[in-house]
Amino acid sequence: MSCRENNGNYIKCEPFAPEYILGLESSCDETSVAILRGGQEILANLVSSQIPLHAKYGGVVPEVACRAHMEVINPLIEEALEQSGLKLSDLNAVAVTCGPGLVGAVLLGVACAKTLAGCLDIPLIGVNHMEGHLFSALLETPDLPMPMVCLLVSGGHTMIIKADNPGEYTVLGSTRDDAAGEAFDKVSKALGLGYPGGPKIQALAEKGSREAIKFARPMLNEGFDFSFSGLKTAVLLHLNSPERGSDADICASFQEAVVDVLSTKVLRAVRRCQAKSLALAGGVAANKALRERLADGAKRLGITFTCPQLELCTDNAVMIAKAAWELAREGWRSPLSLDAKPNLELV
Amino acid sequence: MSEPEQLKVVTDSAQATEMLGQRLARFLHPADVIAFYGDLGAGKTTFVRGLAAAIGAPEQVKSPTFVLMHIYQGRLPIYHFDAYRLKNAGDLYNIGAEDYIGTDGVACLEWSERVEEMLPADCLRVKIYYHTALGPNGRELIFEASQGRGLEIVEALKKQNDTGEN
Repeated sequence: MSCRENNGNYIKCEPFAPEYILGLESSCDETSVAILRGGQEILANLVSSQIPLHAKYGGVVPEVACRAHMEVINPLIEEALEQSGLKLSDLNAVAVTCGPGLVGAVLLGVACAKTLAGCLDIPLIGVNHMEGHLFSALLETPDLPMPMVCLLVSGGHTMIIKADNPGEYTVLGSTRDDAAGEAFDKVSKALGLGYPGGPKIQALAEKGSREAIKFARPMLNEGFDFSFSGLKTAVLLHLNSPERGSDADICASFQEAVVDVLSTKVLRAVRRCQAKSLALAGGVAANKALRERLADGAKRLGITFTCPQLELCTDNAVMIAKAAWELAREGWRSPLSLDAKPNLELV
Repeated sequence: MSEPEQLKVVTDSAQATEMLGQRLARFLHPADVIAFYGDLGAGKTTFVRGLAAAIGAPEQVKSPTFVLMHIYQGRLPIYHFDAYRLKNAGDLYNIGAEDYIGTDGVACLEWSERVEEMLPADCLRVKIYYHTALGPNGRELIFEASQGRGLEIVEALKKQNDTGEN
């Protein structure tokens, strides 16, 4: 875990195994609080999901979200303790997302975690949000064979990461412009389907032909980086073309193009790294076509495929607590001077 | 109040739009604010990519739609905001934008129409339209400002345009 040495956010300590870890995650829109027992058993997983509030605006409304972090984090902690049948004094460690994310949102979670860790005199463990997503694969499949290749795909991120071991990562590729989830949302908005775009497009795509429109597959044969901005623009331009076709055909063909690019690249990465497992994480993991394509590809390569259940794919605090558990087992904790870093890198 | 000063430029590719961003970069100072307007896919992020590269930022410029803000460190910091998911200027205030806009770096705001009240009077407005007469990648960019720093930048761009410099 060399990436943690010389990093002010970690101090080396005796390996420990905190029985009850409180996890806090507030890097962007969602505030999430979880309690994990023994590194594996989820006692509570609360997400202040604001989708019902947001749906009417055709997008997520951070005003609501950012205020909500401050308003909901304490009630969520109380609720999580109650669900778990625990008192604050039962907790053995506090885990918190320390970046990357929106500075104010991350700061709030970090300040809350420091206060709790200081008052309760228990270890504080800062977690990189991206590393949390990677560890969510271990929640589903604890003995996942390494090296693992993970496709992390959401509204804000599209990355292919290789993990040789928990803590040893290589970012093989990422998007150069828009994330895949963002393309889903913007195409959905242009078609007047609403927010969140992923489920709307998926539902309509089932009624259309994925062969109907040949959208370009951006950068399909170029390395492991992605570009979805051009595809988004191509779909938008297509909406005004005389051979427009049905919305269902547009959705099916667009979804096919995205799934094709994501799966082709990540499966190529698996072969290149001779990975023994493939994980899918992030909100776009909800897409059935993508899950099926990757499961199928992994099967043909004879490797393990894992995809955490959906509530552990989107932003959540369980994955933060899980990552903290693994860090504690490796003998890492954070000082109370833990910094919120909006631009925190994975490696 | 007098009509705002304008410069219109057309581009025929994403690369040409990015290049315009590069050309603008040399005129920027700390605390400048650039407000971007334009439909989905118009090329706002593409323009910022050119601008950030010319400022010497090593980071990859990506859409901040979901994460709301990116920071790039070049000869000046660039604060790249995206109001696409915001409802109004109050939202921009709530995500902490005030700590960045008008400080030590250049603030670039995509989807500015949603946060008009937060824009300083001397900002530079960059409006990007589809211009399909030049093909699917054709765009028309209008640089517009009425006072202060924004006006200085538009005048400098016009001068650069007249002398045919790149």
